[in-house]
Amino acid sequence: MDDAFYREELLDHFDSSPHRGRLEAADLGADLDNPLCGDQIHFEVALDAEDPGRIAAARFDGHGCVISQAAASILAEQVEGRPIAEARALTADHMIQWLGIPLTPARRKCGLLALRTLHRAIDQGTPGAPAGSGSPA
Amino acid sequence: MGRRFSGIIPRPAHPRTMATAVPTTPALDDLRADFPALDQEVRPGVRLTYLDNAATTLKPWPVIRAVQAFDAEYPANVHRGIHTLSERATEAYESAREKVARFIGAAEVEEVVWTRGTTEAINLIAQSWGRTFLKEGDEIVLSDLEHHANLIPWQMLAKERGVVLRFAEISDDGRLEPEAVERVLSDRTRVVAVTAMSNVLGTVVPLEPIVAMAHDRGAIVVVDGAQGVPHRAIDVGRLPVDFLAFSGHKMCGPTGIGVLYGRRELLEAMPPAWGGGSMVLRVSREGAEWNELPYKFEPGTPPIAQAIGLGAAVDYLSRLDSEAVASHERSLMEYAHRRLAEVGGVRILGPEPEYKGGILGMDVEGVHPHDLAQLLDRHGVAVRAGQHCAMPLHHRLGLPATARASAYLYNTTDDFDRLAEAIADARRLLHDRRPRRPA
Ligand SMILES: Cc1ncc(COP(=O)(O)O)c(C=O)c1O
Repeated sequence: MDDAFYREELLDHFDSSPHRGRLEAADLGADLDNPLCGDQIHFEVALDAEDPGRIAAARFDGHGCVISQAAASILAEQVEGRPIAEARALTADHMIQWLGIPLTPARRKCGLLALRTLHRAIDQGTPGAPAGSGSPA
Repeated sequence: MGRRFSGIIPRPAHPRTMATAVPTTPALDDLRADFPALDQEVRPGVRLTYLDNAATTLKPWPVIRAVQAFDAEYPANVHRGIHTLSERATEAYESAREKVARFIGAAEVEEVVWTRGTTEAINLIAQSWGRTFLKEGDEIVLSDLEHHANLIPWQMLAKERGVVLRFAEISDDGRLEPEAVERVLSDRTRVVAVTAMSNVLGTVVPLEPIVAMAHDRGAIVVVDGAQGVPHRAIDVGRLPVDFLAFSGHKMCGPTGIGVLYGRRELLEAMPPAWGGGSMVLRVSREGAEWNELPYKFEPGTPPIAQAIGLGAAVDYLSRLDSEAVASHERSLMEYAHRRLAEVGGVRILGPEPEYKGGILGMDVEGVHPHDLAQLLDRHGVAVRAGQHCAMPLHHRLGLPATARASAYLYNTTDDFDRLAEAIADARRLLHDRRPRRPA
């Protein structure tokens, strides 16, 4: 393969992420989609029982292209153990750096969907849609 | 009744007979050399396979040269100057209008209004005709196939005027049966606005019975010809549609130019949608008297080079045998349907080739359309992925997005071989890898 776009690591995140799924009990969660490309992400986190300002676990669910799903998996991995404030302060640059590939303007929306969803979850301050409530919209 | 174009352009006495008096018919296989963009590598060693024609077509040399000649030799404004260059520009610009009128079989050249494209043309109908003649409770019939360009302008009107939108449903294979239109017609139907060809599925819409049943109810028919006109699917001399909208860039012409064809009586009765220079005859502080057709709808300096380019595109297309072009595209689609069935995991959306034009909508199992488009691009194969400005249709299909390969005059079966190979490669990478992902 001549470029990094579909490198093994991203493909692993895409189709075998340990962070895909739902938590027993989420504290914060949200759903977002890119209506134009049909990518959908549900992202949720559980806070640390001892230290409620900190994210203990993160999960995502949804469907879409490799970039959108791999980004969600990487983000989940990255935010576990971080203070919420720090997670809220993550930027597009962080996300793109973790993806490790240049994103054309057309693919930026895919790469940043998970981060936007996490920010929304934090801003809303609610667990969002419970597991099994149908596909995220 | 309308003024002829400053007497510069003689109107053809019999526009329709001229359209058929084609001098020579170049063979289709010689055409590729006319399109310089075809002959390139998108990156070293990777040849371009252009299958995104429904988004925009490539431009042949005569069109490129016509645009360049305007800019290089006579870049003057039209209908204004008395000097030589301006007269030359005006003549070229108005003769492009004549060519377009002939191409679509319009009875009168004044029925051809320049717009920026299909989108602007349909907005013009909705904003001018719609706001003038529709009232609360009136109904507009659309179909599930419509591009947003033939949906949003009507939604805006519906919201403003309390007009009701009704939708003719498509069959599971993406066909629009006349009976489906009949079912949503009523005594309140004032407009039937449908596409001539779906930009997602390629479905060719049976306009003839639809026009007849709409007219029976006293409704006007608006045809979105963005995909149909490039394939010469519509002749308004034979099929009495009331309005027809299309874009130059999807038929070998430049971007930024398109056409609203309207029957004279309708255009005469419509107020201008926009004001400015050129669209008026007499102006005082208090008011103005509108210019004649088609200028009433064309305020400001128009896209002159682009209109001239579209004229050259129409000349180019008119030299081809439209039957040969249609059968070329049909055989390409038959080939593509067969070839892609061999790939495995490819579901072709929409009807069988006999019911459609050169558009192939696809769903590839295990490969998101965006990933597919990106992976195909590595093979130099240009397709489009997404919702193609047709969200309601995607809802109807139950798919978040689709991929689309679309053909035009210059495509060959080789192009579809490369498409098939590239899809197989994408499948190997993304689908056949490891089905480890939890369901
Ligand atoms: C069926 C159809 N209608 C309308 C349009 C809009 O055309 P344009 O963007 O040139 O105005 C397109 C093309 O995008 C189309 O395929």
